Amino acid sequence: MHGLINRSVQNFVCDTFGKDVWLQVTQRADLGFSEFEAMLSYKDDITPRLLDSMAAVTHRSLTDLLEDIGTYLVSTPKLEGVRRLLRFGGVNFEEFLQSLDDLPDRAKLAVSDLDLPRMELDEKPDGQFDLICQSPVPGFGLVMTGVLRVIADDYGALVVLDHETTADGFERVSITLIDTDFAEGRQFELGAPII
Amino acid sequence: MKGDPDLNMLDVLCPMHLVVRNDGRIVHVGPTVQKLRPDMTWIGAHFFEHFDVKRPKSVQSITDMRRKVGTKIHLALRGDPSSDLKAVLVPRSDGADDVVINLSFGISILDGVRTYGLSNADFAATDLAIEMLYLIEAKSAAMDSSRQLNLKLQGAKIAAEEQAFTDTLTGLKNRRAMDHVLARLVSRKLGFAVMQIDLDYFKAVNDTLGHAAGDHVLQAVAQIMVEETRAADTIARVGGDEFTLILPEIEAQQTLLNVGERLIERLEKPILFQGKECRISASIGTVWIRENQNVVPKDILSDADIALYQSKNAGRARQTIFDGRRRPLVS
Repeated sequence: MHGLINRSVQNFVCDTFGKDVWLQVTQRADLGFSEFEAMLSYKDDITPRLLDSMAAVTHRSLTDLLEDIGTYLVSTPKLEGVRRLLRFGGVNFEEFLQSLDDLPDRAKLAVSDLDLPRMELDEKPDGQFDLICQSPVPGFGLVMTGVLRVIADDYGALVVLDHETTADGFERVSITLIDTDFAEGRQFELGAPII
Repeated sequence: MKGDPDLNMLDVLCPMHLVVRNDGRIVHVGPTVQKLRPDMTWIGAHFFEHFDVKRPKSVQSITDMRRKVGTKIHLALRGDPSSDLKAVLVPRSDGADDVVINLSFGISILDGVRTYGLSNADFAATDLAIEMLYLIEAKSAAMDSSRQLNLKLQGAKIAAEEQAFTDTLTGLKNRRAMDHVLARLVSRKLGFAVMQIDLDYFKAVNDTLGHAAGDHVLQAVAQIMVEETRAADTIARVGGDEFTLILPEIEAQQTLLNVGERLIERLEKPILFQGKECRISASIGTVWIRENQNVVPKDILSDADIALYQSKNAGRARQTIFDGRRRPLVS
């Protein structure tokens, strides 16, 4: 799994629970080190171990934690870049949803060895969308649920989100778009300086 | 012109265009061109009042531009803020004299959107400008991350190298570092001296007061050697109680004798460890290599050893300078 993903988990745990908890998580996961490098790759089995250990140490359910990671990724001021890169996807929330199919390719353009799970958006009547995630590590849909919650807010859209794992092992995030123009949303300037 | 279906089409497909009469009068601008000068009345203004043609130089009028249909023209928007733009011109197909000039920021896209506060809506939906901006941001972030990693790795490399050349107990250089320095001096045929120093009675300290006392003595010895030599000199701990000093730019044998004498004198002063006195001394063997001498490191070290053993055999606590004829001079 790419260092960016593991490093995101590290930043989330450090910022949410503190550095001490992070050290406990890495010890419990038996990593042999405590710092992930964003630009290096790590063995695939490390990430699930890390996540399980995080749940055990924090006494929180992995489901909640994964969604919180998604929320964290796009709301922490430290990672303003992630929010901005996602906002390039579209001028409104619906256009953003339609751009999610391209997200793994967009990510690859930025970091060529970053493999994000494939996603597919199904459009249903009445402002309903299903986002189907096909991830080798279960739980990516939960992370996306957290991301979508914040990004919808960012666009000023009012949405209801629901996550489930389908019988064939895919994850489905159902998105009910109640109002695209519910609130003001956050400003997005195309040419904002890079942090 | 309002309601002209062609112009409505152009506004969507290329929102940064102008329609210009043959005499240079502007008759229509796309919505993004309007954003470049929001308060200006474009309609009726003269094209060359607001744009300079930078390349090709030969183009100075709309008639000239008509000869460049479909090719890239470099423009500069006059006034403040000014911008460099790329342009392409096509005549309108309906028989009128008008030409359509489509503009783009080209490689200055980032400056363009920043300067004029442009948004997604200011570009055609198929324009790659937004993707370009995305890439600039994404690549800059990734590059930044990589640069940080590179700096970190470079720091770790320097630290590792430093460690590999350092004796961890005393902080002096180790044998590897000493070999390195010696090889460099020899290959450049520079003048220098090598001083081989063996501590006397050190084993007794270790045996009677323990290893902690021994370590303490070695650290104190290192400190004395640093104090009694110059910054350009190399001090290495090459064995348990063996040290090698490399002293470049020695002018006279007396200098070496003075250094050796001072070292022995200071090392003989008792070193305190947990209230107990540790007494040692040192035997020294020195080789002085003059400039432009053809020597090999191995011989220098063995000559220094010969001199050192002369000192030891003569009763320790003294120094010997190897005289080059294998007849060491004991002092």
